[in-house]
Amino acid sequence: MKRPNWVPAGTDLDKPNAARVYDYYLGGSHNFEADRQMARRAMELWPDLPAIMRSNRAFLRRAVQFLAERGITRFLDIGSGIPTFGAVHEVARTIRPEARVVYVDRDPVAVAHSRLLLKDDPLSQVVEADLRSVQDLLARPEVAGLLGAGEPVALMLVAVLHFVTDEEEPGKLVATLRDALPPGSALALCHASTEGRPDQAGPHQDLYRLTPTPLTMRTPQQITGFFDGFELVEPGVVYLPEWRPENPLAVGPHPERMTGLVGVGFRS
Amino acid sequence: MNTGAPNTGAPVGDSAAASFHDEWARLLEAGHGVAVHPGILGRLVSRTAALLHRAQQEDPFESALAAEAGALLVDAHFTDPVVLAQAVELLHEHPVADERGPALCGAFAAGWAAALRERTLREQEAIRLAADTARQEVERALRASETRFRALFESAAIGIGIGDVEGNILAVNRALQEIFGARPEDLQGHKVNELVHPEDTPGVWEAYEELITGKRDYLQFDKPYYRRDGEVVWTHLTVSLIRDDEGRPQYQVAMLEDITDRYRLQERLRHQATHDPLTGLPNRVAFFERLEKLFEEPEPGARFGLCYVDLDGFKVVNDSLGHETGDLLLAAVAARLESVLTPLGHMVARLGGDEFVVLLENCRGEQEAVAAAKTVLAALAKPVLIGDHRLAVGASIGVLERRVATTTPSAAVRAADLTLYRAKEAGRGRWTLFDPKENARAVSRYAVSVRMPAALDRGEFFIDYQPLCSLEDNSLVAVEALVRWRHPQLGVLGPEEFIATAEETGLIMPLGRWVLEQACGQAADWVRRFGSAAPQLNVNLAVRQARNAGLVGDIDRILRSTGLDPAKLQLEITESTVVGPEDEALKALHAVVDMGVSLAVDDFGTGWSNLAYLRDLPVSGLKIAGSFVGDLHDPTKDTHLGWRIVSGLVSLAHTLGLTVTAEGVESGADADRLRLMGCDWAQGWHFGRPARPAEIARRISEAGLSK
Repeated sequence: MKRPNWVPAGTDLDKPNAARVYDYYLGGSHNFEADRQMARRAMELWPDLPAIMRSNRAFLRRAVQFLAERGITRFLDIGSGIPTFGAVHEVARTIRPEARVVYVDRDPVAVAHSRLLLKDDPLSQVVEADLRSVQDLLARPEVAGLLGAGEPVALMLVAVLHFVTDEEEPGKLVATLRDALPPGSALALCHASTEGRPDQAGPHQDLYRLTPTPLTMRTPQQITGFFDGFELVEPGVVYLPEWRPENPLAVGPHPERMTGLVGVGFRS
Repeated sequence: MNTGAPNTGAPVGDSAAASFHDEWARLLEAGHGVAVHPGILGRLVSRTAALLHRAQQEDPFESALAAEAGALLVDAHFTDPVVLAQAVELLHEHPVADERGPALCGAFAAGWAAALRERTLREQEAIRLAADTARQEVERALRASETRFRALFESAAIGIGIGDVEGNILAVNRALQEIFGARPEDLQGHKVNELVHPEDTPGVWEAYEELITGKRDYLQFDKPYYRRDGEVVWTHLTVSLIRDDEGRPQYQVAMLEDITDRYRLQERLRHQATHDPLTGLPNRVAFFERLEKLFEEPEPGARFGLCYVDLDGFKVVNDSLGHETGDLLLAAVAARLESVLTPLGHMVARLGGDEFVVLLENCRGEQEAVAAAKTVLAALAKPVLIGDHRLAVGASIGVLERRVATTTPSAAVRAADLTLYRAKEAGRGRWTLFDPKENARAVSRYAVSVRMPAALDRGEFFIDYQPLCSLEDNSLVAVEALVRWRHPQLGVLGPEEFIATAEETGLIMPLGRWVLEQACGQAADWVRRFGSAAPQLNVNLAVRQARNAGLVGDIDRILRSTGLDPAKLQLEITESTVVGPEDEALKALHAVVDMGVSLAVDDFGTGWSNLAYLRDLPVSGLKIAGSFVGDLHDPTKDTHLGWRIVSGLVSLAHTLGLTVTAEGVESGADADRLRLMGCDWAQGWHFGRPARPAEIARRISEAGLSK
């Protein structure tokens, strides 16, 4: 049964939570024992995970930089988690000091943390909403305000869509968001892929079944499909380190080990 | 030695310093560095490299510089211990002049660790604070939602009660307290099943039991309750079951709406609709409702009686003394009848005008009905005082007493009415007992014979079908076509009421043909729809039809035109159809059997039975008259002997190689006994009353499904 929206989600700290597990991979301490246990088990199975998470964080940074350089000053970061370092507003403001960001997450703890962190930042707002209830998300005053000005908005779906199951129809969710974007807007996407390390995909998805946010890895075709209605910028949909690296040598010989597929596109 | 001049902090010029700077930059660019903005990373590299350089070179040695470099790394989120290991290694590879190397590495590591500890504590504190904030937010929202629910519960106009599945009442809202006129403590802690009321709808507590055991999810009834002050309150009750996450029953929620006013109004309207305003007696509608109810599910052998009462000379009173006096007289008569008959358990109703009826349920026999009629006459023997008038009222009564299974409500009332006419004709002030022959004669006189010829053209006849079932497995094997006449004045007449007249007048010929055509058409339709599951069709053949030269031709034509397989048709004849070996009818019956149609002897055992002719007749079945089985329940007759007669008839039929059908079977017990005797088929209310073709079709298709 779907919970009525005025009954809030629980805050069970005994269960691992994707946002805090991610923080632990990145060397942060915004996490609890349950999160660390799960992260340690995952890293035993797949020692590359911290590197993948750093690579993901690096992509987020490069994408925000790229979009800010293209003149975008509004960012909608869905699935923002716990922005420990290199948060969207920090990166964007190195180029666009007037950049506005609305952070959206469905985890009440991540939202509370972000609010504490951003309470003195008038240009950043935090919304507790669920991507899967996309109409509700779009109706939130902060989100509606960001989109309503008619200026281009960068929609950041970084490492969030793989927490939406096939039954929840991620393609439709993205299309609904796309249709709400003003002209000139963009989509930046990062998604766990079954390619690259197919040997790890199964056990890793099994591990995430223990969390309130099970993981669905998808094929490159499926991931490229999310860009329906967007025009991909060079180099298209590629592995994490391959997307516009500052130092081409840093890509390394095995970018597929980073398994996340990423891309940035503008509304066509 | 120390020159005293502080180092500028800029990248050092000498080659060793430059190489340290490069290696230091490479170290930081790997790992966490990939996630950091190149500009920020560049500044971090320069700043930390400079601090380390000063720590290496400056005199006196300032360990704080190395510690600061370590702390800056942590501030930039270089929290991976691998970074520390690599940095210490690099510092060792670039040895310094004096002995400060180990101290410098130590200071750097301590600075990094101290900053990391601070950072960890800070972040832990932040995330705890976030978790607490989130939890408070959740609790606040839960409190708000609970407050909302509590307000909804308390202020609802509908009465709401919550109970557990053991039946304990846990909470009641204000509206419910008002409905019960009770305080919370009068209800809370009590059991739901204390709320029983004698007028509870049958089934309500069974449904409740199913609900709390999880067999159903809600129930809805109109239910009366006792208020605390003893008054009765009628409610529209809905109870829903609340289950836990695993689907186990957890709570019950009852919602009650006070419908007492609506209920009382309905009762009053119902009383008005079913009672005669003048006398207060049940009216015609109420009488027929009660009578029809008798026929719904009668006990086997159940009997009933009717006394149809008409006041003698009422019209004279009305005409001479006026309607007002007439009305007062009727009311007085009603009161007398009610006072003497109601204590006996009989119902008295006013049918209209000066006609009353007494209904005897579960009548024990004719004597009881006659006794009731005598009681009526005795009650009216003394004159009635209306004002100054002493009015002598007499009455005529038609008495009918029958087994429920032998008639229908309207036929019974009509028969009682016709019997009343005989009482009037016989001289008023008396009762007359129903007699079937007299009844048929009366019906016949009553415009049956006159009307019948036109009735066929007007389509006033129709056919019902009564099931014949196999006693072996209760399956439907055949249906008997029974013609009915929807008479414009008399209502629906059964064959026993007009067939004799039809035979006398000769109308039996066209009517018999019409019945055969209709019934064969219907039977052929069932065969088309249901194939071999379609039942055999039994049609009664009147004596006159059997003797008619055109019979064989008629049947042949009808079978062809309807397409019915002759094997699906059985004609029922009576014992009197064939009276001798030279009878014309015998030839015709042989010809019919040669076509593939079968014959059965109907009402066997009631007529003239020359068993010798059974041998000559090409029959394949016997139907034991309903009176044999019916008499088994007559307390005045020897049951044991009755069963022996039936058993004898079954053996006789089987000796002759005939299929036996018992008619008039009204109970499962009789059916069981007949089955044990070897009786093949049975017919009667236990297996189904005569029904419309659609009902038969439904039974055929249901039987097909259950297979």
